[in-house]
Parts: sequence; C-alpha cells; structure tokens
Amino acid sequence: MTGTGIGAPVRRKEDQRFITGAGRYTDDLSRPGQAHAYFLRSPHAHAKILSIDTAAARAMPGVVAILTGDDLAADKIGGLICGWMIHSKDGSPMKAGPHPALAQGKVRYVGDHVAVVIADTYAQARDAAEAIEVAYEVLPAVVDARAAQKAGAPQVHDVADDNTVFRWHLGDKASTDAAFARAAHVTKIDLVNNRLVPNPMEPRAAVGEYDPGNESYTLFTTSQNPHVARLVLSAFIGVAPEHKLRVIAPDVGGGFGSKIFIYAEETVCVWAARKVGRPVRWTSDRTEAFLSDAHGRDHATHAELAMDENGKIIGLRAQTIANLGAYLSTFSSSVPTYLYAPLLSGSYDIPAIYAEVDGVYTNTAPVDAYRGAGRPEATFVVERLVEVAARELGMDPAKFRKRNYVKRFPHQTPVIMTYDAGDYGASMDKALELADYKGFSRRKRESARRGKLRGIGFSSYIEACGIAPSQAVGSLGAGVGLWESAEVRVNPTGSIEVLTGSHSHGQGHETTFAQLVCDRLGVPIENVIIVHGDTDKVQFGMGTYGSRSGAVGMSAIAKAIDKVIVKGKKVAAHVLEAAEADIEFKDGKFTVAGTDRGVGFADVALQAYIAHKFSGQDLEPGLKEGAFYDPTNFTFPAGVHICELEIDPDTGVTTIERWTAVDDFGVIINPMIVEGQVHGGIAQGVGQALHEGAIYDESGQLVTASFMDYRMPRAADLPSFQVGMTVTPCPSNPLGIKGCGEAGAIAAPAAVMNAITDALGHEDIAMPATPQAVWRAAQKNAAMRVAAE
Amino acid sequence: MLEVDKDRARHAVQPQHAFLVTLKVNGEEHRLNVDARTTLLDALRDRLHLTGTKKGCGLGQCGACTIIVDGRRVVSCLTLAVMNQGKEITTIEGLANGALHPVQQAFIEHDAFQCGYCTPGQIMSAVGLIQEGRTRSDDEIRENMSGNLCRCGAYTNIVDAIKDAIAHGLDPREAMTQAVEAIAQDAGREA
Repeated sequence: MTGTGIGAPVRRKEDQRFITGAGRYTDDLSRPGQAHAYFLRSPHAHAKILSIDTAAARAMPGVVAILTGDDLAADKIGGLICGWMIHSKDGSPMKAGPHPALAQGKVRYVGDHVAVVIADTYAQARDAAEAIEVAYEVLPAVVDARAAQKAGAPQVHDVADDNTVFRWHLGDKASTDAAFARAAHVTKIDLVNNRLVPNPMEPRAAVGEYDPGNESYTLFTTSQNPHVARLVLSAFIGVAPEHKLRVIAPDVGGGFGSKIFIYAEETVCVWAARKVGRPVRWTSDRTEAFLSDAHGRDHATHAELAMDENGKIIGLRAQTIANLGAYLSTFSSSVPTYLYAPLLSGSYDIPAIYAEVDGVYTNTAPVDAYRGAGRPEATFVVERLVEVAARELGMDPAKFRKRNYVKRFPHQTPVIMTYDAGDYGASMDKALELADYKGFSRRKRESARRGKLRGIGFSSYIEACGIAPSQAVGSLGAGVGLWESAEVRVNPTGSIEVLTGSHSHGQGHETTFAQLVCDRLGVPIENVIIVHGDTDKVQFGMGTYGSRSGAVGMSAIAKAIDKVIVKGKKVAAHVLEAAEADIEFKDGKFTVAGTDRGVGFADVALQAYIAHKFSGQDLEPGLKEGAFYDPTNFTFPAGVHICELEIDPDTGVTTIERWTAVDDFGVIINPMIVEGQVHGGIAQGVGQALHEGAIYDESGQLVTASFMDYRMPRAADLPSFQVGMTVTPCPSNPLGIKGCGEAGAIAAPAAVMNAITDALGHEDIAMPATPQAVWRAAQKNAAMRVAAE
Repeated sequence: MLEVDKDRARHAVQPQHAFLVTLKVNGEEHRLNVDARTTLLDALRDRLHLTGTKKGCGLGQCGACTIIVDGRRVVSCLTLAVMNQGKEITTIEGLANGALHPVQQAFIEHDAFQCGYCTPGQIMSAVGLIQEGRTRSDDEIRENMSGNLCRCGAYTNIVDAIKDAIAHGLDPREAMTQAVEAIAQDAGREA
C-alpha cells in the first residue's frame, strides 16, 4: 500500500469543487437561447381526460409551445419502458400497461404528466400552465395494494384485470410446507415496509438540445446511468438515434436509486428541443419531486419461520404484496422479485424457503429501486422474524443467530444465491464487544430508574451486490447485461485518464478509482483523472446502483490496467533491449529481472507514443487499453448492526443511544469513504424506521409532499456511530471487493424495530415508529400492566 | 462593478413591477433589474450566475440555499432580492480567499459530505453557527444544524468538522469577520 493506494483514507479529489461552490450540476448549466419547460400534472389520482384546451394558454406571454400526449403520438414517440420481464408462476408474462411520457386519454396518479408548457421563462411557463383547461372525468382511485386486488376495485390499467401485474414465486413450496409440518415451533409475523420518497437533495433536472446542422441531440440530465438512458431513449422510446444522442450526467446531487430510471421529463425535453428549435430545460421543484420521483419499498408481507426442537431454523415462507404504483418504472418489476426473495435466506442456513410475491398497480407514483432495493425489504422480514423467534423460544437473539448462521462457504441457498465468502460469527462477536452487550442489562436498569424504556436490537443483514453476471440476470428476465466497461488512456507524459461506465454522484469514484490506478501503476494520484457521465467520452457503461461500482466498475479498470502493463512490458523490452519475458513491473518501474536496469512508467509511456525504439509493424504505438468486465457472481456484503435506544413512554420520543456497525465489505479501497457510506445508509434506514413514510389519502392525494410533512432524518436525530470492519475478501472479482453503498439502509430498519419492540416488550408497532406511534404502543404497555395487576 | 444580467435574451420581456437593485455579494456590487417577486436565491443563481448556492426545495425547508446576510444565516429562497439592497451578502463562492476557509478545510478532512449538493448550505450554516457561538456541545451543534438536510447522511462527520474548525483556532466570534475582511481585501485587489 502506498500513501494513496488501495486501503488508504485518501481525502477526496472531487471535494475542492464542491466546497467552493464550483460543482456543476444540471440546473447550474445555462444554455444559449434556452427555453423553460413546466409540466402540467394531474390533480386527480385517476381520471379520464375528456379534452385539453390550450388556446388561452398559448396566447400567454412568452409561451413557445404547449405539447400533449397527442403530439407525442403524432410523432410516434414510444412509451416509457420497464426493462425487466417477470413471469407469473403460471408462466404468463407480467401485465404491463402503456406508459406514455405525456398522458394519453387517462391519468393514473396525482402528478401524472398531462401537458408541457415551454416558454421563455419558467414563471411564464408556469403561469400559462394554469390557463390550460383540462376536462376530467374523475374515476374512483385505489392507493393500497391489498385493496387494489379486491373484487370491484378501480382498475388502473385495462391489461391487468385485478390490478395484478404478476403473481410470482420462488423456491420449493412442497419441501417448505413439509418443513413447517414437522416444525417444533413456528413464528409468524405481519409486516408493512413503509413507502419512502428518495429525496436526493438535488431535484431531478434535464436540458434537451438539438443541433440541426448535425441532426444530433444532447441531453444533460441527473442520471446515475447516462448510457442506459441513451439506450432506452433511442432504442425503445425512439426520440433520437443512439449515435446522434449524447447524454451527459454532470455532477449529480445524490440518487439513491431514484435517478436510475428514465422518466417522462427528460424524454420530453429531448423531443421538444427539436420541435421548438431551442434548448429546453426543466428542473423539478420539491413538490414535483415528491409527486413524481419513483418511490421506494411499500410492501405488505406475511412471513413464517419454522424451527426444530433445537432452535435450528428449518424453513421460511413469505407472502408479499408489492405496490408498484400506477406505471411500471424502469426496473420496478425486479425489485420485489429477484432483488428481494433471493435474500430471504439472510445470513442463515435455511434448507427450505418459499416466497410468493404479487406486484400490484395502484393510483400512486411508480415505485422502483431505492437504496438497497428489495434487499432492505428482505432483511426486514428475515431479521424481524429471527428476532421474534428468539424471543418466543426464550433464547438470546445473538446466540440464536449464531446457531443458525451459514458457516461453510460456498453455500448454496434454496433461493438462487451461492454465498461465496463470509464469517458472520466474527462480525457478530466483534459487534457484541463494541456494543458492550454484556453491559446492556445494567444500562436498561439505569434507564428504568429514570422512567425510560431501553431496548437493544440486532440486524444481521446480508445483501447481494456487484450486480451481476449478465447471463444469470438475463435468465431471470433482465433486459440488459450488467457488466461494466473501462478504458485506461495513458498520455505521452505518463498522466492517465480512466474512462468508466460507472457514475459518481457522491460515492467518491474520482478518488477511489484513482487509488486503484495509483496502486497498480505506481503513478502519483494527482496524475490520474477519472472521466465518467458523458456518452461521447465513455463508449458504454451500465452505471451506478446496487453497490456495483467497486466490485464491477473497478474490476473493469483493473482488467484494463493489466492490459496496459502487458503492453508496457513490450515497449520496455525494446527500450531496455531485453526479452519481453524478462521484464518485470513493480512500483511504477519496468525492470529487467535480476538486473538493476529499468525504466520508469512515464518514460515507457513516452516511448510508446514516439515509437522510435521499436518497429510500428511489430508493435502498435500508443498506450491505451479497454476492458469489459462481466462479474462471475453476485457479491455478498454482510454484517451485524446493533441499535440501542431509549424510549420516553410519556412523550413517545425515541432516542438512539448507541449504534454499532460491523460490516464485511471485502477489500476496502478507502476506509474513510466506506465509513461515510455506512453512516449515510444508517441515516436513511433510521429515517425509514422512525420518521419517514409517504402517505396517500383515500382519494389518492399525497399528503406528505413537502419536507414539513415528510419527516427526513436531521442532524439532531442521529448519534455518532461505532463502525467496525471484518474482512473476508470476495473471491468473485479480481479486487476482492463486495460493495458498501447500501448496507446501512439495508441493516438499519430491522435493528431499530427490534430495539423498539425489545424496549416495549411487545411487537405491536409498525414503521415509521413516530413519537405518536411509540406513545400509543407504550400506553398499551401501561394498560397491560394495569390488567396484570 | 461587474457586468450584470449576462443572459439578456431570457429577459427580453420587460418584467412587471421591475426594480433596479444593488446587491453587494462577496464584496462586489451588482446592479440589476429584477421582478419584485424574484427571490434572492434566484437572483444569485440565474442573474449573477453564482450557482454555488443550491435550491433544494424553494420553500425554506431544507437549508441548501443558506447564505450569510449582514452576519446572519438566511435561507435565500425565502427572501426577495429587492429586500436585500445594500446588505452584505456572502455566498459559498466568497468564503475562500486563496486558502480555504477553516470550515471548508475541515469539511474535506472529516469527509463531511458526499454528493456535495447540500454542502454549500451546510458550510455557510456552520460558519454562521460558529459565529453565533452556539457550538458549546455536540448536541447544540446538531440541534442548530438541523435546518440543513443532508440526504447522504453525513451528519456525524459534519458535526466533527465543525468541532475541528473551532479547535483549529477559528475563534467563533472572529469567523465571520475573517470571512468578510477576506472578501473586502479580495475585492480591493481586483479593483
């Protein structure tokens, strides 16, 4: 390890611009001649559009154009797509209704796009939108997925009779039922995984441009995966040919999943730019973000765990109803299916698992991946089940977990996954020590003396990251491969540009990826630049989500670096007049084995470009190599989080007193950045458990559409965290990386709810455990005590 | 004096209720014609092209647009440009003077942000907070920084960064004076 190589807590190269206000996010860009778009959105959750009268609006000052779904149809612009095909258990394909970028005939949720007004200024566009007269025939709406499946419920899409998009299952029902039949004890729970709004601090934004000279388009957008956006916009939606569409995702202010998807607004900006002959820009306001960014979670699950007489888990079954919202967003169908049920084995050796998942349309915003995507939902089910089971069996929850952990690797679960490496017991032991588990009962007594309820909760999560082997996901229904690409361009001076298909929007790639180059090629970190987020610069890439940029993106870079070294050895052999087989590369220097003769990396780079020392017929000049890396397996980060909290039964206020996280992320490139990712994940997970929840009223109005109504975690809500690491290198990629971006969000909700239920002494509380909910639950305790006396 | 209204095309239509205001931002005076309804945030971003100040909600609920006006922390989306005539306005662009401000340096050292979008607001809020002297305990810092949302969840490191900036000799009462003087000097040099 050098001072800036793998494992060093290097301060981030990208920081300077962000702390001086010099970051360049999409809304910071100003394009010559730009016009502003404002989307008229549906005020109704479900309605037929009888007519749209734009005459008065068109006459308003500054209005350039008003476009509707009819204009889209006339230009043969296709609908938005869902890129993952799920088949129901009867073999039938999922029932996907049409998803036009501007409504055609019907609106299906509050915030659905009815028309776009393009004007000289944003204020003019907004004013004109108010003058558009839309005649709606309002229809009954349904917002709850379970209600939507009932007979007589309003039908969101004609194609889905009972609003059910798919009835999917995974695992072996017969062997699972058999395990339950012979169980000594069965634990049953019903859980709701609350609907969340991702809320990156940067709202979504897009600027579309058309260059008539070259008949080419440019889209600046807030995207986690600009190449996928280009592919979908060209191949499926058809707004522009792929080779004439440049998508640029500049600095992006957080995504958390919500900026993976290809939305209506960027589609319309590209299309409209050509129609009006000016750049068209749109930036979401916060209310629009609440209404129209894809939401996360929203599962209702009944789950059961079967144990034998020794407290060994022998089976798990789960029935989940997933609310998918009014349309299938880009990857929505994969989230409650293949990103969820394959994780229902948790960290445990469970011989039989069977899961059934119904995906359901409702009159709410589309639901798709949000930090963790399916895996937080699975972890919540497994870790709540295990905790409750331990309580019912009168066993210590840590011991119960350790008894049931997977201990030998590789381990094939009954639900697809092959865990390749891990040491869950080591993580648990370390976490117990860091959390001073032994001292908990003393602390609980001390809290009780002050009239407070103290609880402790575990979450021994596992996730599947490094998504994923392309063949494997293809066989499961993915519409794309999930490899990553990289190109390492060595300049004649020895400085290096690395082009990557991963996108950085807070993850620190400009630093960690440079650390890898620094480590492998021995060049100073300041001589390395990471280029990403521009389809004209990087040929193709799959983007950043699912904690894949390290495991997959960096593996591609490592592969390209290996090729650079191979080529460099050929050049060095000529320079040193030695046999290529005798050339070694170490610490930035090519040397002849067994001698002190050598040449530095930068000199070899120069020689590669001037090509004076070798024949251009024998060896190609230049030093630039590319690679595509397809992973051999998912990666399996795992760990133990322990939440210790105190409840004030008089106010219902929950205070997190201690948080211990021991994670195994495999090899760590930059511990400082990893720790930051853990902190952030925990913050979002604690947010889900204690504060956040998107609420629609019965008519389909989102009543939590601002930061005043939707309670985000704030500085005062979170304690300092005790973060520890254990390391089992991942054997499935060349760097041993597992991924760290989602762990906290996956682990935290179960840890918090296990602690709250431990403090309360009963299970009757759901997320978000707001002060009001906790106070009510604590009153139940008081009532129980009175009854007992 | 800077040339103002760099994007004339957008303002070809004469706004109603337009006012000529002088905004003193980071030590430089800018004269511009604004619609009475223009927020200070929009004036900074769209008219002066000082895009370091971010719009996270436009409703005063997230703190991303926090700047310092006459020594006080202000969410610039909740004040109109015309209300800030002649006031001393400091944005993130005006904080560093050659060397980074101690709070900026501490944010780097403590990894106090990830995506960077809320960061200008966090830093300006921290500078104001230190100046107010309301940093006597972790809890006090957390409470007083609670108006600044960070979805990346860097709160723990933000608290550490603020404590570090204070520990590294940033006298709370002088923090703002320092920044303002630096800006004044800077402006003087350019003039």
